[in-house]
Amino acid sequence: MAELYLIVTIGGRRVALPAADVEAVVELDGLTPAPRAAPHVAGLSALRSRVLTVIDCLAALGLGATNAATLHDAVVVPSSGHPYALLVESVEDVLEAELAPGATRAPIGAGWEQAALGAIEADGDLLLLVDPHRIIAGPPAAQAA
Amino acid sequence: MDDLINEFLAETREMLQALSGAIVAWEADPANRERLDEIFRFVHTVKGNCGFFDLPRLRQLSHAAEDALAEVRAGKRAADPRLVSAVLAVIDRIGELAQAFETGEALPSEDDEQLIADLAAHPGDGPARVESGAGIDSHPGTTDAEAAARAPSEGAKKGLRSIRLSVDLLDRMMNGVSDAVLARNELARRLREAERDVAVEAAFERVSTCIAEIRDAITRTRMQRIDSLFAPLPRMVRDLCAELGKQVRLEIDGGDVELDREMIEMIRDPLSHIVRNAIDHGIEPPDRRGPKGPVGLLRVAARQAGNQIRIEVSDDGHGIDAEALARKALDAGIVTADRLERMSHQQKLMLMFAPGLTTAAEVTAISGRGVGMDVVRANIERIGGVIDVDSRPGEGVRLAIRVPLTLTIIPALTVSAGGQIFAIPRSSIEEILRAGGDSVRIEAVGEACVATIRGRRVPLVSLAELVGAERTADAQGEKIILLKPAGGDLYALAVDTVHDHEELVVKPAAPAVMAAGIYAGTTLADDGRPILLLDPSGIASEAGVRVDIVDSDRHAATGGAESIGREVSLLLFRGLDGGLRAIPVPVVERIEDVPVEAIRHSAGKLRLAVGERIVPLAGCAAAPESGQLRILRLTDGAAELAYGFGSVVDIRSLVLDMRPAAAPGEVAGVALIDGAQVELIDPYWLFAAHGDPVRDDERPVCALPEGDPWMDNMLRPLIESMGYRVVAAGAGVAADVLIASAETVDPPPAATGKVLRLRATPESPREDDDSIYRYDRAALLSALSRPVARERANG
Repeated sequence: MAELYLIVTIGGRRVALPAADVEAVVELDGLTPAPRAAPHVAGLSALRSRVLTVIDCLAALGLGATNAATLHDAVVVPSSGHPYALLVESVEDVLEAELAPGATRAPIGAGWEQAALGAIEADGDLLLLVDPHRIIAGPPAAQAA
Repeated sequence: MDDLINEFLAETREMLQALSGAIVAWEADPANRERLDEIFRFVHTVKGNCGFFDLPRLRQLSHAAEDALAEVRAGKRAADPRLVSAVLAVIDRIGELAQAFETGEALPSEDDEQLIADLAAHPGDGPARVESGAGIDSHPGTTDAEAAARAPSEGAKKGLRSIRLSVDLLDRMMNGVSDAVLARNELARRLREAERDVAVEAAFERVSTCIAEIRDAITRTRMQRIDSLFAPLPRMVRDLCAELGKQVRLEIDGGDVELDREMIEMIRDPLSHIVRNAIDHGIEPPDRRGPKGPVGLLRVAARQAGNQIRIEVSDDGHGIDAEALARKALDAGIVTADRLERMSHQQKLMLMFAPGLTTAAEVTAISGRGVGMDVVRANIERIGGVIDVDSRPGEGVRLAIRVPLTLTIIPALTVSAGGQIFAIPRSSIEEILRAGGDSVRIEAVGEACVATIRGRRVPLVSLAELVGAERTADAQGEKIILLKPAGGDLYALAVDTVHDHEELVVKPAAPAVMAAGIYAGTTLADDGRPILLLDPSGIASEAGVRVDIVDSDRHAATGGAESIGREVSLLLFRGLDGGLRAIPVPVVERIEDVPVEAIRHSAGKLRLAVGERIVPLAGCAAAPESGQLRILRLTDGAAELAYGFGSVVDIRSLVLDMRPAAAPGEVAGVALIDGAQVELIDPYWLFAAHGDPVRDDERPVCALPEGDPWMDNMLRPLIESMGYRVVAAGAGVAADVLIASAETVDPPPAATGKVLRLRATPESPREDDDSIYRYDRAALLSALSRPVARERANG
């Protein structure tokens, strides 16, 4: 069944997020650090009168750390009652696409593995489908802790 | 009582609304058993409630309808159209009466008897009534007079009208207003940045005022009298006593204090747990209470102090043995022997809140099953509250809960450290000091820092270091904030700058942020940037402050602090004349705005009508012309006093260096607070000068023989001046002191208290005589002034 997906770039890779999970795409206005918080929390940012918890996707996927100062595009995802902003390198478009079964049987790396829901075929490209809630949950180490 | 009646009326109205469908359906099909049952339940409920409220008309009506319907239910009578009409007429009348009560209108017409007679009438008796047979409004008996009575009469009691709302809706409103406040703040910031435009600013001011008013109103809608929290207690205490074979007298005080609904729900479980504990483990069985008397006393009192509500639960049971508790904690591995040795009495008592520790010797069905005080404390702390315990063996336990008024808006102090702004809840701030000042000395002990503040050593945590930033080189410019976290001991937090006191709308932070352990939530600053609200107890544990090591009591004693006075908590305010004054917080019950109409110069002094009582008013020579007067409600435990003032400045806890006033008066002396001269109000003098004498029944009682002119005319004024209430002696009179004439052959039995025998001659007639010469004033006064302990029946 065809559904809507938001195509973004994380860690130099184009990935898809289920559009139903995404509330908005915003440009962050300032970032307040949250010292001692979980490593994948880049800080806090305000969106209108709400406080967004900004998630560093690279850190969440165990792929290193983002230089938060260089990134401004974020995908707002409400999860368990809290609004989060996922830092992404770029936001492309919303596409209608279908799940491509079997594509994730190839080893995609531990970091991606824990966040991947499968893959979609969009405009002939095969894109990894990522669950934003799993990214918000943080790196495997943080989850185990 | 008014609340209960309102509740009942609202309930009746709701039931009527829900019932209207059933009434119509029953009318169409009188044989329908389901509908009949529904209507029967309604009149039955109304009957039960009105009996309780003493509403005779409603009771008569509902009783008659219930009887008739019961006959139908029992099959003794058929639900013929006449009966249906009669029942419907009665139900309509109940609705009218309820509405009349609620709005304070004149009661509808009085032909209840006719309606009741119709119910009882059997088919064929008398003329059939004409029933139009539809909705509530068309029923027999509507006269012109009644229709007139229905129109809201002038001067109808307002405020009795009420509607019920779901708490969800209130929450949504509150959230909406919180957002509006934040949006306003952001707009204010942008306006400051933009070019000045007077018209825009005026419009913005208006919007601002509106939002503030709405916020105030909505905050009030969320407030509920704490009565509703206390209401189930008498029943609970009664049931527990029956179950445990104990005798407990429950005293509840301060039920008119208002608190956020949500807060009340959050406190409900902890409070009932504490009360259960007190009865189960605190108060002894009647035969083991000894001289205290068989009936235990449990006091639950609420008081508002600034932005906090303090709820105190105290019992007069056997108390907590701190040493035994400490031993248990040691056995359970909760503390080490080493640590235990350095713990104060207070700290040992606080062990009762440690997980997995119960003070009960055995587990009972009521409490002591491990779901213990640790859960109580956790629940209280979750809502930003603090719980404290005090107990002496044999004298009972006093547990005090302090909680903020609302969950969502809390007063906080904004500070910065390491280049970032944080907020600290005001509730845990004891004092703010400058690091370079004379009163603070900072020393490095090993890797740690210790601040000595007026002879008191407390661990020092650097907020900048804690958040992983460089500590500013200029330690002298740092500010020291003394924090007393929930249930913990004092410690000091060093920050770079202290900014401002703000009322912040706090929202919970995401779990990944809360994982840091040092945050309590997030909020937005005026400039729209997020600010993290710090959690003082979280900081203490994350920073590894071993609060129990630095025993403040001991260090205060060894640090040469003998000259240091006791720290007092003071409410700073401006008097009506603008002067800066301070009064000890414990005597302040609450702060209120009262309309000047409630103030009268009556019976020699200014008095204020508060609810159903009259309290003397001090602090102002005359009532203001119009508007409102802000008052402090003061209490000395028995008497009450109102004190008019201008505005609250602050609440401060400090050691006072007071210069006494030249003569005793309203002002006890003057002290320097923050460089300003502050006059300290002397509550002792205030109550002595303005307070009304306590009510009769609280004074000791002295019984005088009747018909003795000397006693009546000469002795009585003296005794009364000693604070006694004088009653005539006689059978069945309970008195603390009984005065008898030594010449009387057989003095009345001394069952009631002390007997004081007076003789007319200066010389004692016999050696063993204990009578007093009746003009020996000194002996009389001393005999009367001896503490008169009321005789307790030993059980």
